Amino acid sequence: MPIGAVIEFTSITKKFGQVTAVNDLSFTVEPGRVTGFLGPNGAGKTTTLRMLLGLVAPTSGTATFGGLRYRDLPRPLHTVGAALEAASFHPGRTAAHHLGVYTIAAGLPRTRVVEVLHTVGLAEHANQRVGSYSLGMRQRLGLAYSLLGDPGVLVLDEPINGLDPEGIKWIRGFLSSMAAEGRTVLVSSHLLSEVQQSVDDVIIIAKGELVHSGPLSSLDTNIAPQVIVDSPNRDALIMALTDAGVPFTSGRTGLIVAVPDPGRVGHIAFTAGVELNVLHRQKAGLEDSFLALVEGGDSL
Amino acid sequence: MNLILRPVAAEFSKILTTRMWWILALVLFGYIALLAGGLAALFGGLESGAINPDAVNTGGGSSLTGLGSLPPLIYSFASSVGYVFPVLLGALATTGEFRHQTLTPTFLATPKRGRVLGAKTISLFVVGAALGVVGLAASVGVGALVLGGFGVDPLLADGETWALIGRTVLAMALWAVIGVGLGVLVPSQVASIVIVLAFTQFVEPLLRFAAAFTEVTADIGKFLPGAASDALVGASFFTLASPGGTVLEPWQGGLALLAYGLVATVGGYFISWKRDVT
Ligand SMILES: Nc1ncnc2c1ncn2[C@@H]1O[C@H](COP(=O)(O)OP(=O)(O)O)[C@@H](O)[C@H]1O
Ligand SMILES: [Mg+2]
Repeated sequence: MPIGAVIEFTSITKKFGQVTAVNDLSFTVEPGRVTGFLGPNGAGKTTTLRMLLGLVAPTSGTATFGGLRYRDLPRPLHTVGAALEAASFHPGRTAAHHLGVYTIAAGLPRTRVVEVLHTVGLAEHANQRVGSYSLGMRQRLGLAYSLLGDPGVLVLDEPINGLDPEGIKWIRGFLSSMAAEGRTVLVSSHLLSEVQQSVDDVIIIAKGELVHSGPLSSLDTNIAPQVIVDSPNRDALIMALTDAGVPFTSGRTGLIVAVPDPGRVGHIAFTAGVELNVLHRQKAGLEDSFLALVEGGDSL
Repeated sequence: MNLILRPVAAEFSKILTTRMWWILALVLFGYIALLAGGLAALFGGLESGAINPDAVNTGGGSSLTGLGSLPPLIYSFASSVGYVFPVLLGALATTGEFRHQTLTPTFLATPKRGRVLGAKTISLFVVGAALGVVGLAASVGVGALVLGGFGVDPLLADGETWALIGRTVLAMALWAVIGVGLGVLVPSQVASIVIVLAFTQFVEPLLRFAAAFTEVTADIGKFLPGAASDALVGASFFTLASPGGTVLEPWQGGLALLAYGLVATVGGYFISWKRDVT
């Protein structure tokens, strides 16, 4: 059974000319858990993962697997499996040949090709040229590549992008089972909702900087609950709330009032004689916490 | 040993699992067979008297027939004309990695990038040699057959012919290495192909022709890659067509070709191969 190594980023920074893509990022990723690496598009996720894998040279800082840089791993594919978002295939090569090339390079048994294609559900398309693959199939092939060496560490960049609903369901279960076997699983996404059901920990970055890290549940308490209220006569309601001096914003489904107690909002409306057709408490979802973190940029 | 054997084997597998190698081999064979067969028929016909010299305008034809070195000239088409094919294959092998972003899985499997480039150079050297064999199968195979048909001795029992064949294989192998170097120097596939075609089919022939006019330029011109290759092989239609041009010794030509390949590859290593893969 492969044992996952701890991934450790230490003050890693990458500048592309004037652009600082990743700025002084430090965090660790533990084995036996699925860690979501989250941030909006352009936050620096791909750059960070490529630095981890030795594909992009950091401007400063280090990224290691159990203390070793990727390029110093004695048998990299046996230790780390990676699937990066770009479609990295020669379109004229079949899936089996594509994987075959890298089993040769890594000194892996050729039987792994069929095994991993089977695992990702591409066995029937093994001898099809990759050029004819759909986006979802390419994602699966990328995943198959990452599994070739049966590695203890999986690094996946946006693996859910382009997958069909069935594939999404499958990969969620797959990630959890990999972590349950003791592997280290680091999976990036620009949408928390995509990975929410399968991640144990989250690392959230925005504009190349760390804004939050911890167990998924740590996102839960980040935003105070709110009250949603609406009236057939919204103008009157707005006036009542303004008079009462409670802060609110206009939302799609009504007014979002920044007080935790629906009773207080109901009372304000009652005393102003405003009829209500919506009044409920909304606990901000994880997604709201996530958005607040990456938009605000402040650590809560 | 596995450290270099595995990447070399992987590079072979890359070449053999796409269609380009046999498409190029096929076109090379057809092209050279046509040229060698056609010219063997023309000169063989002239030499044997089957064709009346007055019936064709051969330019230097009358002196050609007197050369007695007709077979090597025709056999050398494999490299003097066919060298563009191994260059293309080599350039496609490297630029394809950039174009299809296969550098990512490649460098993940073999993080020591110099090793990968070395493996590519070695495998393309071998595949270039194989293209040399294909080209020779066309130039010697078809050429000798046609010459023999006209009663001209194809010189196949001559050791010098076989030495030329061996040097042709080496030249083609070195051209593939040059292709690899060009590919890392100019990673854009389109740009690389344009450079190969423009240089081999147009720029270099012109330069070689122009260089032959003065002694100084001729001394430089003999180091042009095509001239070096023809010098290595030891016979070429081109050197014959531009008389007076100075020519390198075969071993010098070989070293010059090797130098082109290595300088381009090492330069390309720093220019593109070592760069961030994003
Ligand atoms: N090769 C590059 N050259 C210049 N800028 C780049 C390069 N790659 C990424 N960037 C910039 O770095 C930032 C982070 O990009 P990226 O790591 O791809 O983010 P993400 O994966 O989170 O969407 C972006 O501003 C992007 O434009
Ligand atoms: Mg990305």
